[in-house]
Amino acid sequence: MPLVLVGGLVFGFGLGFSHMARPEVVIDFLTFEDFGLLFVMFGGSIVAGIAFWILPKLSDSAPLTGKPYGRRLKSFDRNVLVGGSIFGVGWGLSGICPGAAYASLGVGNWPILYALGGMFLGAYAQGVWRSRQTETTTAVPSDD
Amino acid sequence: MFADILGSGTLEALFPNGISRYAIGGLLVGAATALIYYGTGIAAGASTFLESSLSYVSGQSRFQQYRGSRDWRVVFTVGIIAGAAIYAFVYQGEAWALAGSAWLTEVQPWRLFFGGILVGIGTRVGKGCTSGHGICGVGSVSRTSLVGVATFLLVAIVTANLVAAAGVSP
Repeated sequence: MPLVLVGGLVFGFGLGFSHMARPEVVIDFLTFEDFGLLFVMFGGSIVAGIAFWILPKLSDSAPLTGKPYGRRLKSFDRNVLVGGSIFGVGWGLSGICPGAAYASLGVGNWPILYALGGMFLGAYAQGVWRSRQTETTTAVPSDD
Repeated sequence: MFADILGSGTLEALFPNGISRYAIGGLLVGAATALIYYGTGIAAGASTFLESSLSYVSGQSRFQQYRGSRDWRVVFTVGIIAGAAIYAFVYQGEAWALAGSAWLTEVQPWRLFFGGILVGIGTRVGKGCTSGHGICGVGSVSRTSLVGVATFLLVAIVTANLVAAAGVSP
């Protein structure tokens, strides 16, 4: 838990530093005004990618939890495309994604509460709907 | 060097705010993900928090499946909020400045709210967001995540340009 807190602090500090916590910056990126956000996504995924690649070779499991090191792999199905498209419309409209929204609250951008409220509402709606749909099948918890 | 190849002024046009803030911020986000993964083996994404936290107040099976991870997700999210507040305090000399702060977005509330609803639905149906798919999934060279990122990036670009073309600003 302390490690997750430290990780969260660095994560949030990084999102603040990158200015991705500002919807304007994301919208400028999506409308080709400023391509800087590419460096956030690539920089982040490359550093994380090195960890996901090297650590499993050095050790079988994580020291604090004993959880085996594995890559983040999800099964592919239609939901990835449908959900990705819905998320895309939302991201393009609002200029904010979940992690950046938490960080945005941290820097004192209180209007982001509109977006966070919307996110919880959306997550709740799909959860209620899918709980009804999938009572028969077993759901697998995910790590995102 | 790049400026010579592309012609002067090109870099300034592509990156009007420079690249260092983006590159350093991205490296920190990646380092944070790597640190949590190193210690716990968890590929930490941000959007499951939206569902796992609902398990505190709702008995729906869809949310209850996240009971096991909901506590660390709260800690992670509190960390993100606090980390960003530290950034604002160190670099801007203020956090939580409720009026007159450069951080206050001018994007209209209806865009934030309705966009937020779609983000809430889409990230959960689509199995990940910009951190889950974008950082951890791409870092894992997961084909599902690469397709997921391509999908939401493309749709977001189209959406943002349509909204701008419709004259909605900010």
